[in-house]
Amino acid sequence: MSSTPLRTPLASWHESHGGRLVDFAGWSMPVQYSSIVDEHLATRRAAGMFDVSHMGRLAIEGPAARDWLESLLTRRVADIAVGQARYTLVTTDTGPDGLTILDDALVTRETDAPDGTPRLAMVVNASNRDRVVAWLRSRLPASGVSLVDRTAETAMIAVQGPLAVATVCVLCGDDDAGRISGLGTYRAARAFIVGQPAAVSRTGYTGEDGLEVVVPATVAEDVWQAILAAGGPRGLKPCGLGARDTLRLEAGMPLYGHELVASSDPFAIGLGLAVNLDGAAGGPRQFPGREALVRLRAAAPQRVRVGLACDSKRAAREGSAVVAEGGPVGTVTSGSLAPSLDRAVAMALVDRPFAAVGTRLTVMVRDVPQPATVVPLPFYRRPGPRH
Amino acid sequence: MAGEMKFAKSHEWVRPEPGGLATVGISKYAVEALTDLVFMQLPPVGTRVKAGESLGEIESVKAVSDVYAPVSGEVVEVNEALPGHLDTLGRDPYGAGWMVRIKPDDPSELAGLLDQSAYDALVKS
Repeated sequence: MSSTPLRTPLASWHESHGGRLVDFAGWSMPVQYSSIVDEHLATRRAAGMFDVSHMGRLAIEGPAARDWLESLLTRRVADIAVGQARYTLVTTDTGPDGLTILDDALVTRETDAPDGTPRLAMVVNASNRDRVVAWLRSRLPASGVSLVDRTAETAMIAVQGPLAVATVCVLCGDDDAGRISGLGTYRAARAFIVGQPAAVSRTGYTGEDGLEVVVPATVAEDVWQAILAAGGPRGLKPCGLGARDTLRLEAGMPLYGHELVASSDPFAIGLGLAVNLDGAAGGPRQFPGREALVRLRAAAPQRVRVGLACDSKRAAREGSAVVAEGGPVGTVTSGSLAPSLDRAVAMALVDRPFAAVGTRLTVMVRDVPQPATVVPLPFYRRPGPRH
Repeated sequence: MAGEMKFAKSHEWVRPEPGGLATVGISKYAVEALTDLVFMQLPPVGTRVKAGESLGEIESVKAVSDVYAPVSGEVVEVNEALPGHLDTLGRDPYGAGWMVRIKPDDPSELAGLLDQSAYDALVKS
């Protein structure tokens, strides 16, 4: 990792608009503009927009692109439809138990090239981009697949909240607006936003309806400002990584490096849906780490991921010990005040006998015992219909 | 008459009061840097504190920070209303947002702290 933080195409905008920039995963990123709580609540009530250009964006193309990814990812790629996105893990079969989780990622099948060549896009975590790219490159076949890291030449903007889709649609022509508003969850399309070419997906990391938009770096600020101008009068706010973290925590979404780590058992942390052991037509798939995952699925995990609601507004933080009956039974993986609930919540890995909803546990917060209760995840579920 | 307000590099302020006590709080800069305050813990009256050691804790949505004692001495009064009204810190950090009053062991200890202009220079750098 370089010592000078990387800058997204929107970094200058953040600096000149009150963004408090911090070094995050090697990038200079805004943690907040006004207040984490204000930005969080704006996203729940109206909309929030987030610069997530630090996320790694990879283009994988070629006649063999789909078969190649099918042979590498925990999630089936062979039957992804054009315009569909899937959440997957990136694994190797190294490590003491024959499984190392390098990252979690979103893989999207874009429209085939005019000559029919498959095109896929992968979004990976900033902190894992280098090693994921290195791993994928080491597995590239001699021909038939190209892998290009498009992170630097593009920007990614997440627009999230009840007004997010309508706000972006205002900036598109009628056809594109219709296509975007008609996208189902985990569906993607290309569109022009204020005349600029964009890859738009109905995905996000906040628990709200919303979009993630990838545009060329050169027009990132134009698109960003247009979204802000369109949504600002209705309550849309620019939001930093602080609110992104509290929003995803309330939504019960795991974060790599916290709930999900290299040695995780995906079935123990609620990520079984990211693992397809078998192909669409039955029969085992082949991908690195599959044998270990077969064993893990058959075994009962010692510790599982739970939600904790704390009695106090004092937040349990990552690393806080969870205790019961005088002994340690788990560890907090993420915790914060939950602005939408006005109470402190946490996600934790706890021994299975203590994981039932309603179980009273104690979290050690800076050596002070704080009572908490196991509650269902997510902590927050948005009202209204799903797309 | 209250004396000149001094600052610790860790962003606490201390003001000598008539009768030899010293009032302690955290600076406007610190309050603005923390934002989204959710919790504060202050020591009970009678606590002995040492300069540079933790006097209490203040928690924002993002993180927990220690509040350090700018001078050594005994806590003789605590602003009990403050933890329940953390917005006071944003409105009036040098007045109603005071945290504790300390009876300093050695009043000359204050001379080693930053004056207003030196502190302003510190937070602007």
